[in-house]
Amino acid sequence: MTSTRAMHDIGGLDLGPIDRSEHPRTLHELRVDAILILLTSPACGAFKVDALRRAIEEFSQVDYDHLPYYDRWLQALTNLLIEQHVLSRGEIDARVAAITAEAAHGH
Amino acid sequence: MGIEPRFEPGACVRVADRQPQGHCRTPFYLRGRNGEVISLAGRFHDPAQLAQHRPGLPKLTLYRVRFAHIGLDGRTTQNEIMADIYEDWLESAP
Repeated sequence: MTSTRAMHDIGGLDLGPIDRSEHPRTLHELRVDAILILLTSPACGAFKVDALRRAIEEFSQVDYDHLPYYDRWLQALTNLLIEQHVLSRGEIDARVAAITAEAAHGH
Repeated sequence: MGIEPRFEPGACVRVADRQPQGHCRTPFYLRGRNGEVISLAGRFHDPAQLAQHRPGLPKLTLYRVRFAHIGLDGRTTQNEIMADIYEDWLESAP
């Protein structure tokens, strides 16, 4: 072997049994799924699903190991929207702050 | 990587053992391994390019390749592994 194993490329490692337990889908998970389907649809075409994989592969080891499945998607698609100049980090932060403030005022 | 497929079903192939540049669909555990082409899966846009927002052209031929299965103890088992490998990761094997 002259190549090195990337952090996501764990096929064949002895990591013990796979946790196959299921949980009901949350609203958050459904929303992230919907956002990705819309962004990768031909009509929108913000990026390809291959780019989502690449963006996930660029995470830090800590993020890769600890982010739940759909939070990986959310973080990666956020990074890609900024990379593709669809949204800026400032626009996203401002919108999050506005929604957080609305929620704090009981809306 | 022309339009004509480089390998036919039955061909002995070796998966390249090289470091990927960026996104790569060839799993680490198959790099450097020999296998047999079972069928041609079609021609597809290059996923490494698509991952970088490039057009992914020319399309790459994708092959279904059969490998011997090696268990966690390092020994070959009776099982086999089928994997889809793009042409740019395959070499002729003796």
